[in-house]
Amino acid sequence: MDEKKSILNSNALYTFIAILFGFLVGALFLLVAGISPAEAYMKLFTGVFSKPKFMAWAIIYASPLIFTGLSVAFSFRTGVFNIGAEGQFVVGSLSAAVVGILVDVPMVIHIPLCILAAALAGALWGSVVGWLKVKKGINEVLLFIMFNWIAFYLSNYVVNLSAIHKEGGGEATKDILASAAILLPEPVRKLTGCSNVNFGIIMAVAAAVLIWFLINKTTLGYQLRAVGFNRNAAEYGGINSNQAVMTAMAISGCLAGLGGAVQVLGMSMRISQFATQESFGFQGITVALIAGSNPIGCIFSGLFYGAMKYGGSKLSLINAPSEVVDIIMGTIILFIAVSHVFKKLALKGKRG
Amino acid sequence: MDGIIKNLGLIINATLVATPPLLYAALGSCFSERSGVVNIGIEGMMTIGAFTGAAVGLFTGNGWIAFFCGGLAGALFGLIHAIACVSFGADQTISGTAINFLAPGLAIFLCKAMFDNSTDTPPLDTASKLPKLFDGMFPVGSFANNVFSTYVPAYLCFILVAVVWFIFYKTRFGLRLRAVGEHPKACDTLGINVFRIRYICVIISGFLAGLGGAYVTLATINQFRPIVIVGQGFIAIAAVIFGKFTPQGAMKACLLFGLCSGLKVLANTGNTISPNLISMIPYVVTIVTLVLFVGHARVPAANGKPYVKSK
Repeated sequence: MDEKKSILNSNALYTFIAILFGFLVGALFLLVAGISPAEAYMKLFTGVFSKPKFMAWAIIYASPLIFTGLSVAFSFRTGVFNIGAEGQFVVGSLSAAVVGILVDVPMVIHIPLCILAAALAGALWGSVVGWLKVKKGINEVLLFIMFNWIAFYLSNYVVNLSAIHKEGGGEATKDILASAAILLPEPVRKLTGCSNVNFGIIMAVAAAVLIWFLINKTTLGYQLRAVGFNRNAAEYGGINSNQAVMTAMAISGCLAGLGGAVQVLGMSMRISQFATQESFGFQGITVALIAGSNPIGCIFSGLFYGAMKYGGSKLSLINAPSEVVDIIMGTIILFIAVSHVFKKLALKGKRG
Repeated sequence: MDGIIKNLGLIINATLVATPPLLYAALGSCFSERSGVVNIGIEGMMTIGAFTGAAVGLFTGNGWIAFFCGGLAGALFGLIHAIACVSFGADQTISGTAINFLAPGLAIFLCKAMFDNSTDTPPLDTASKLPKLFDGMFPVGSFANNVFSTYVPAYLCFILVAVVWFIFYKTRFGLRLRAVGEHPKACDTLGINVFRIRYICVIISGFLAGLGGAYVTLATINQFRPIVIVGQGFIAIAAVIFGKFTPQGAMKACLLFGLCSGLKVLANTGNTISPNLISMIPYVVTIVTLVLFVGHARVPAANGKPYVKSK
């Protein structure tokens, strides 16, 4: 566990080097593919920052990632690795969509209802794993992976149910009712020139602050962190560590589920049949790692990832594969994962 | 009666088509897990193997060379995973997650770079695919044709199970690799090179996963598409847990999961049960097994823990 801690507490310098390294490796592959890295990275940059509309899109892309990032970061702080944020995100988006389509109530009730449904679904998906972990002693990483894929196929199954499936609409559900959308008022959307500007980012920032407060300023947060540091010591100190792990998993799942709600209610407006995992949960792992598991940091690393994702989608304009973003992000994770060794080396050097 | 035999033949055929990729990857996973390194990057390694297999098949026109190269591509990512986890003591789950970003990302990246910005490779012709056993000896659609006349590596993987079993339980290397996964420190004291054994095992796991991926594009499907693997790597991991971390157990689990896919094919034609629900079966079965028989799926003691020599 101390290994994990040292990874997660790696300071900003190593994260910065990791990001640099990621871009370097990405450039290398672009070169091999015969594409100018300078041109590609310029496109990545201008694709996000050249117009307010583009920046708005990047923020829309970032909102669900901040949520899944928070979900993973929160789980890290309590000593569990929530690799299941993917599945919790999926059941969250599924529940938000189902309630958004089938329940016809005024907006003031509808939006909170959808969000609540997503949060509960995510929390349920997370706490079942937490329960199996503490009661049955089963490795949570394995459980999370299984639950991710069950969520995946469950979502595909529900998408095709006649009650919500759009007739003749290919492999997607109907759109959610207008009363469930968390879009900003029409004039504001016109002003930015972006049709999907939504409250997601505000919710995400609020959630980040709330989680920061929860971890650092409350008794529950103290207990969860204590369990994360050393379960036996926490038990000795009178903390019910099983209870703490289950609570942590529920909260972590709830955050990922909220990410799903933001995605459906603010951006996609429907869910489609998956051909492959959408990876919001896995991207959340990157967001959490870059942020060093700091909730406030997740806002910025989420924005970074959102910008990379949106900017990456522009790369096809210059015939560069957008997958270079995956390569950059994968390299960053790998580098952060091994950076603690370099940190040790650096510390040794100082002492010598 | 004829209909029953014919349907049985179809189910066996579908199982034979669906099982090998899982089984190759699962055998790989056995190596890695038994030596104490968790490898959830199997999925990514399969994807890069699938792409490399298809690409090399297109360029060389030789299915066997392509199959082998798919394995090598997987092994390369096995090496990366080994460097991160064994030498640098990185968190194995995080490193595996990174591999699952890197390898599929690279596969699609290279595909776009090599094949006109398309995410799919052009289709392979039959001659560049892997050969079939007893090709053309039985009438098309007959029971014998369905059962005995599928791609050769589909039969090879079952022989491989015996080979891996022999390595694990009858050779010195096998004893060492199992010991390293249980108690690396004791092995180290006895002069066994823990790092070297783990390196070999993780690279083998990548190689076999790569073969599994290449089988998909060189036999089942005749081209690479980003969706060819979706989840098969994770099913393979599930099969290993379900099979109690032994090659023979993993084989039984893979056959069961392969049968699920076989049924999916029939359900698709009959339109009775949703294929999505059938797809869930491997995962649900694994969880239920873990819950009911926790003792049976005993994880190697040192699994997931980086070995630090000075400790």
